[in-house]
Amino acid sequence: MSKLYERSANEINAGIRGGEFTAEEYIHQILERIDKVNPKVNAVICTDRKGALEKARLVDKKIREDEKIGPLAGIAVGIKDNICTRDLKTTCASKMLQEYIPPYDATVVRRLKDDDAIIIGKLNLDEFAMGSSTEFSSFGPTINPWNTDYVAGGSSGGSAASVAASECPVSLGSDTGGSIRCPASFCSVVGLKPTYGHVSRFGLIPYANSLEQIGPIGKTVSDVVMIMKTIAGADDKDQTVQVTYRTPDYTLSSNEKMRIGLVRELTEGAEPEISKQIYSAMDLFTNLDCKCEEVSMDYVEYALSSYYTIALAEASSNLSRYDNIRYGFNFAPDGYEWNAYFAKIRSNFGDEVKRRIIVGTYVLSSAYYGKYYLKAQKIRTMLKQELRSLFKKYDILIAPTMPILPFKFGEKIDDPIKMFMIDIDTVIANLAGVPAITVPAGFSNDLPIGLQMIAGEFQEQKLFNAALLFESKTNIDRNPEL
Amino acid sequence: MKVLMNQENKEYRSVKIGLEIHCQLTCLQSKLFCSCFCNYHGLEPNRNICPICCGHPGTLPLLNKAAVEVACMVSLALDCKVPDNITFYRKNYFYQDLPKNFQLTQYNAYGITSIGVDGRLDYGEKASRIRRVQLEEDPGRLVYESGGVDFSSSYTLIDYNRAGISLVEIVTEPDFTDPKDVRIFLNKITSIIEHLGVCNTKRQGSVRCDANISIQGGKRVEIKNVGSFKEVEKALNYEIARQKTMSMHDIKVLAETRDWDDARKVTKQSRAKEEEQDYRYFPEPDLPTIALDEEYVSSIRMKMPELPYERKNRFTANYELSEHIAQVLIDNKELADFFESAVKIYSSSKEIANWMVTEILRYTEEDIMEPKINSSSISTQSSSSFAGLKIEAKHVAELAELIDKNIINRNTAKIILTQIIKTGEMPSQVLARTDVLKIEDKVIISDAVESVFKTENSAVRDAKNNPNVANFLLGKVMKITKGRADPKITLNLIKIKLDGLN
Repeated sequence: MSKLYERSANEINAGIRGGEFTAEEYIHQILERIDKVNPKVNAVICTDRKGALEKARLVDKKIREDEKIGPLAGIAVGIKDNICTRDLKTTCASKMLQEYIPPYDATVVRRLKDDDAIIIGKLNLDEFAMGSSTEFSSFGPTINPWNTDYVAGGSSGGSAASVAASECPVSLGSDTGGSIRCPASFCSVVGLKPTYGHVSRFGLIPYANSLEQIGPIGKTVSDVVMIMKTIAGADDKDQTVQVTYRTPDYTLSSNEKMRIGLVRELTEGAEPEISKQIYSAMDLFTNLDCKCEEVSMDYVEYALSSYYTIALAEASSNLSRYDNIRYGFNFAPDGYEWNAYFAKIRSNFGDEVKRRIIVGTYVLSSAYYGKYYLKAQKIRTMLKQELRSLFKKYDILIAPTMPILPFKFGEKIDDPIKMFMIDIDTVIANLAGVPAITVPAGFSNDLPIGLQMIAGEFQEQKLFNAALLFESKTNIDRNPEL
Repeated sequence: MKVLMNQENKEYRSVKIGLEIHCQLTCLQSKLFCSCFCNYHGLEPNRNICPICCGHPGTLPLLNKAAVEVACMVSLALDCKVPDNITFYRKNYFYQDLPKNFQLTQYNAYGITSIGVDGRLDYGEKASRIRRVQLEEDPGRLVYESGGVDFSSSYTLIDYNRAGISLVEIVTEPDFTDPKDVRIFLNKITSIIEHLGVCNTKRQGSVRCDANISIQGGKRVEIKNVGSFKEVEKALNYEIARQKTMSMHDIKVLAETRDWDDARKVTKQSRAKEEEQDYRYFPEPDLPTIALDEEYVSSIRMKMPELPYERKNRFTANYELSEHIAQVLIDNKELADFFESAVKIYSSSKEIANWMVTEILRYTEEDIMEPKINSSSISTQSSSSFAGLKIEAKHVAELAELIDKNIINRNTAKIILTQIIKTGEMPSQVLARTDVLKIEDKVIISDAVESVFKTENSAVRDAKNNPNVANFLLGKVMKITKGRADPKITLNLIKIKLDGLN
């Protein structure tokens, strides 16, 4: 029973079902593990010890009494702290919501619970998911488990680092412009950004509604698939989820012969060590009888501007509700005139959030709407069309997940543009609403490199097949020394 | 010549009034974007709320499809075009009563329109163009320390029970020149929404009207906070007088928002900050675009109840009513409904319509003249035109029948009506109890004449010389029969008797 925490979600589930160990024993190990390593990685904001143990005992009781148990029975799942959990603080790593206890569960959380998963705790992130390094958190930065001088990526830094550090086998993150894939790549784990409209966003505290999706992070492709089966599908609480699309059972096959396109602009734009790794991934697929070729994308150069214009515009409006009237933190309004109170309260946003609210407000103002927001939407449409025609020729596109290797703390924090630039490879999937996955592809100087695969709308199955094929033919370390 | 025409033109265009009418869709079960109740009246503050309408982080709006249907109906009734697709927009501004600090509404721009555009409504000989009909959410309600709208309160309470209620906003072009026309137009609108059954206009705060007005091409003044449709005409008349006086004294009229002070009957500068607002409209990403294809629109058309103008045509055709009478009935849906119920019981449509328009209407209007509720307090009841009147359709039907059968005359019927309104008794009951039945029986009348001849000996003797005696005697007979004797028969009998004496 040693090192249960290092096992994959599928293995844990089998172990508990098969009576090898109990869910309670497992959860105790997980909690011990968190106590031990979290001071080093700062991935977990808070644990729900009581709730987790209660649920574990319930799962054990169900197994003992031969009752029906859910497909995720006993699996510890960490939840990014911008996804609402009933009666459990959900802070967005912001002072603005430091005391916020949601009165409801996000749909994804409810589905995890219904399937007998165990919510272990809430995970660190950039404030309101705005950032690419988890340095902008009111709880302090998350540390890369592979090298503690380096950032874990963001904004779902806690979700990726907690899995890499074996604090939980799987977690949920959210991906607005790469927020799942960036940290998953930096931490050498698997992360999926599903098709827009595939997973309910009800309960996801929004940064940019038209771009983001909740998605799973795990050490293996099949763990990610396992969580996806539970969380995906129509929800009567989110009208942007496509009701006509039914979640397939994702029967994995690693023998697929696929047509693969390598996106030249993205691959060549990356650091040499990274592009080398992507080209060798292409060679690997070629050797497996896949039809691989390089492709060129015209609209890549406009993607980043388009993305930040739309994301910040939506953010500026989404964040206006935080006025501390209906929820928030304890700060008596006595003696304040309304506008003064409002200004006082909103000064609690962090600098990065303030910057994005200001820029977003600017691009939406009536004088500049046509110049920025409308143009950004046009680019978005053209990018979508370009991808659609590419997916007529290719099953998947491959590219680096990140153009650079993980960087050191403080290296980019003072230069917002530099920080924005590293999202170049990931924002495309968000703008087009298509699914994308990152899988560990190797290391350079002991720092992880991720391979990104992108497919057409609702073609997650193709991503899983390709990712599984790649995973089965490579052997990349998933367990850093801590 | 040219100059003259311009002057005429100027005179004709001197007053320009446009209206923004907000109408709560009280017919719905739930709010526009969540499942909280649509009817919050009578509930304690903040008891009709949920995470969605309180704007909790992570919640998403869920569009009430029935609201779209109703808004579509209103658009069609106002002869608007309904677009193939509709979208909701965020109107961003900070205000305490706005849970998300943006309002979900509709917007006409960038090739997308609200649910209704380019409509038209005729009223009398005139017409106003309808610029747009849009569906949006109501904000919450602010309650000030002093009870009224008072910015000097040291605290403000917020009640979100109303937050998220479906509103239809009807915006007209500035096509009105006369406040009287505005009143007629608003009556028309009221009748339409009542006929559609989408809004209980009698419920406090369910319909509100803002007006904008400019004079002689001057700056546009918005009048807000007008308590009821009836006050709009008064507010506009006041504002015209104010602006005319100002321009007479060469004082420039400012572009501003003014509140109507219901108690003092004046408009006064709104205390709300007067700055150019940029609402930063953009499409709501959490709601998909809704396709309203031809099939959908025609299915709504099929479902639409009879509209006032259609009903009027039916009234003139089927009931043989005059245009005027039909119009008066239709303008108040309750009156028209009452009429039709009565006609079902007794088919004398013209008689019943006459009674409705000449008598019943008077009573309902008298009732309205005495407002029972303070406009600043929230009423839990809806006030019907017939509130406090005990009259029902069956009463008027029977009244008409009694008249038709010559059992009573119209004067008697009026007396009976005053009783019915108070007690709710059937006319025949009133008749039996108060003995107002007309006496036509010659034997009974002869007896009465006989007794009068006995008591009025001197008058009877004078009859030969004085032709007025017959009328005097008639008066006496009417007196002892309490006015019930048929005057023609009575006079005839008196004359025969006098002739007999000679």
